[in-house]
Amino acid sequence: MSLLEIKNLTAKLADEDKQILNGLNLTVEKGQVAAIMGPNGSGKSTLSYVLAGREDYEVTDGEALLDGENILELSPDERAAKGLFLAFQYPIEIPGVGQMTFLKAAVNAQRRKNGLDDMPTPEFMKLVNGRAKELGISPDMLRRSVNVGFSGGEKKRNEILQMALLQPKLAILDETDSGLDIDALKIVADGVNAMRSPDRGFVVITHYQRLLDYIKPDVVHVLSAGRIIKTGGPDLALELEAKGYADIVGKAA
Amino acid sequence: MVMNAITPIRTPAEQALIGAFGALRDSGPASAALEGLRIDGFSRFEASGLPHRRVEDWKYTDLRALMREARPLAGAPDASVLLAAKVAVGRLPRVGGSRIVLVDGFHAPDLADGGALPEGVTVSDLAAAMAQRPEISALVTGQPATRANIAFALNNAFLTEGLLIEVAPGTELGHALDLVSITSDGAPRLVTSRIVVVVGAGASAGIVETHLGPAGVEYQKNVVMQVVVRDGATLEHGRRQIEGDQALHLATLEASVGAEAHFDSLTLTTGAAVSRSQLFVRFAGEHSNVTLRGVSMLKGRQHADTALVMEHAVPHCQSRETFKHILDGEAHGVFQGKIIVQPVAQKTDGRMMSQTIMLAEGPSMDNKPELEIFADDVACAHGCTCGELDADLMFYLKARGIPHKEAEALLVEAFAREAIEDFGGGPLAVVEELREAMLTSVTEWMRART
Ligand SMILES: Nc1ncnc2c1ncn2[C@@H]1O[C@H](COP(=O)(O)OP(=O)(O)O)[C@@H](O)[C@H]1O
Ligand SMILES: [Mg+2]
Repeated sequence: MSLLEIKNLTAKLADEDKQILNGLNLTVEKGQVAAIMGPNGSGKSTLSYVLAGREDYEVTDGEALLDGENILELSPDERAAKGLFLAFQYPIEIPGVGQMTFLKAAVNAQRRKNGLDDMPTPEFMKLVNGRAKELGISPDMLRRSVNVGFSGGEKKRNEILQMALLQPKLAILDETDSGLDIDALKIVADGVNAMRSPDRGFVVITHYQRLLDYIKPDVVHVLSAGRIIKTGGPDLALELEAKGYADIVGKAA
Repeated sequence: MVMNAITPIRTPAEQALIGAFGALRDSGPASAALEGLRIDGFSRFEASGLPHRRVEDWKYTDLRALMREARPLAGAPDASVLLAAKVAVGRLPRVGGSRIVLVDGFHAPDLADGGALPEGVTVSDLAAAMAQRPEISALVTGQPATRANIAFALNNAFLTEGLLIEVAPGTELGHALDLVSITSDGAPRLVTSRIVVVVGAGASAGIVETHLGPAGVEYQKNVVMQVVVRDGATLEHGRRQIEGDQALHLATLEASVGAEAHFDSLTLTTGAAVSRSQLFVRFAGEHSNVTLRGVSMLKGRQHADTALVMEHAVPHCQSRETFKHILDGEAHGVFQGKIIVQPVAQKTDGRMMSQTIMLAEGPSMDNKPELEIFADDVACAHGCTCGELDADLMFYLKARGIPHKEAEALLVEAFAREAIEDFGGGPLAVVEELREAMLTSVTEWMRART
């Protein structure tokens, strides 16, 4: 069974007659890193939000099966509990909610769903501090409110920290590379690569080939006007980098 | 029968209050000091009756409609009542140091707890102090705005005893005084209590009031606290209104703040079916600051009104008013805040904010901020927000697997914390326990939602 199977996914803005995803088909296998590339405004973030369950979008047709189960009727927290993780393109600041409180709530929510007791605080602290250190997240950042006062790059690394703590089945990374300098990019890529495993899949949404030098994809999909219009191997990313999207988008239209 | 045209039509509650006053008068004379207050209060009440929605200050809290009946006056507690109260009060975690307990509005010295009163603090009978010290009598009489208030007038009318708490000049208290005012179980009654707090020059003190009573009993409570913060003094005042779910709670806090003084007051409201928290605060000396804050968490059909008047009567003072409402079910929240800047009060800095989060479709919130500014060189502002929890924040939390209710709790706690976390940030950290207790109450309230 495929890890993720999206069939004819069609979605519009919930409160406007604007269709964004137009019968999108996509399959991600276990152990796979699938890159999704595509021009600005093609619907990449929308796809990630629809999968994660954001209410701004309404699914009008199609399905999305995670491990064979349609997740589109589930609430966002239920989808997360099933092992779906979205690293946001624009991680949001949550003033007043401490980073540790937040991480602990997330980790323990997952443990409770799995019938486990809450993680004892010392164990949790050790876990977070260890992962944070690997990702270059300072103890000071862990003491602040979620993402408040973080630079763009720090916010992205914080997303990866959350992913590392939650160990999802399927992680969608939405332009995690944007706003990162080369050192931070390597740190993030190392974080992702360390988590690659035969049971886990990644959907890496990116604009640039650069990230794919560090996170080597198994397959590259091109998204345009709300549909996957081409699928190929890692070379497709290089080709897009060299020629731009115009050529391929033009052919598909 | 010919109707007498000048006799106003009385509601059953008004008739009962008039009857109760007569019975109180017939039961024996009050001390001379209290007698004048009672008569003044009663005649003010008799002239106007219970305030209703056409009385501007009570527009959103129509007491005549909300107070259908008046309960008989609570008598002094007997031994069995005191014993039951002792058990109930004992279950309440202490916030601060020495505990002073009132049962049905009467001081219960035997229920005191937490060690002897700290050095520099005295607690005495208010009537006795009034008889000997004209300045105490004058203070108890109240400022004009307070005296014109009917809840205050009713408190005067039914006053049988009061407490005077004094902090000697220069005293620095390490812990807040923990004042617990409990209403006993049984047939519903009307409880009246009066406390006067004088913080001497240069002293630093904290006081926490906790008001509680039995669930399912329609008791009525009218509490007045009058506070004087003398020059160079600091008072950190907390209040937890956790009355029983059927109670009617009317609270009046009057404060006069001297020069170079600090007054910080935080009220947490979660209890009572109907409550009103009135604050009449006045700067009496220059270069002082006052912070008034409140967090109200209401559910079901609860109604809670905060009505404050912050008067800048002298120059160079700063006031901050920050009130948060968290409304669920079909609750009704009210915030009426007025900042008055007198002509002499140049360089006044006043900022008032009322913010509301609606957790359901059913609740309603009325906001009435007012600035009455008669001086020209001042900085005053007010603002108000009202809405649901931010959908983007909720989505982010839920996308991390945090269930809906828990995500709401995290955001509501953050919202409430803004009003609580820097409370008592003055020279003495006497209210740390209170801050923690209040944050815990917020968490528990959210957890108890179904
Ligand atoms: N919440 C929204 N409100 C209005 N327009 C939106 C919203 N989300 C997406 N869109 C529109 O849908 C299209 C696809 O956007 P998006 O999914 O963000 O593209 P990408 O991530 O590929 O750049 C764009 O035209 C964008 O403006
Ligand atoms: Mg995008």
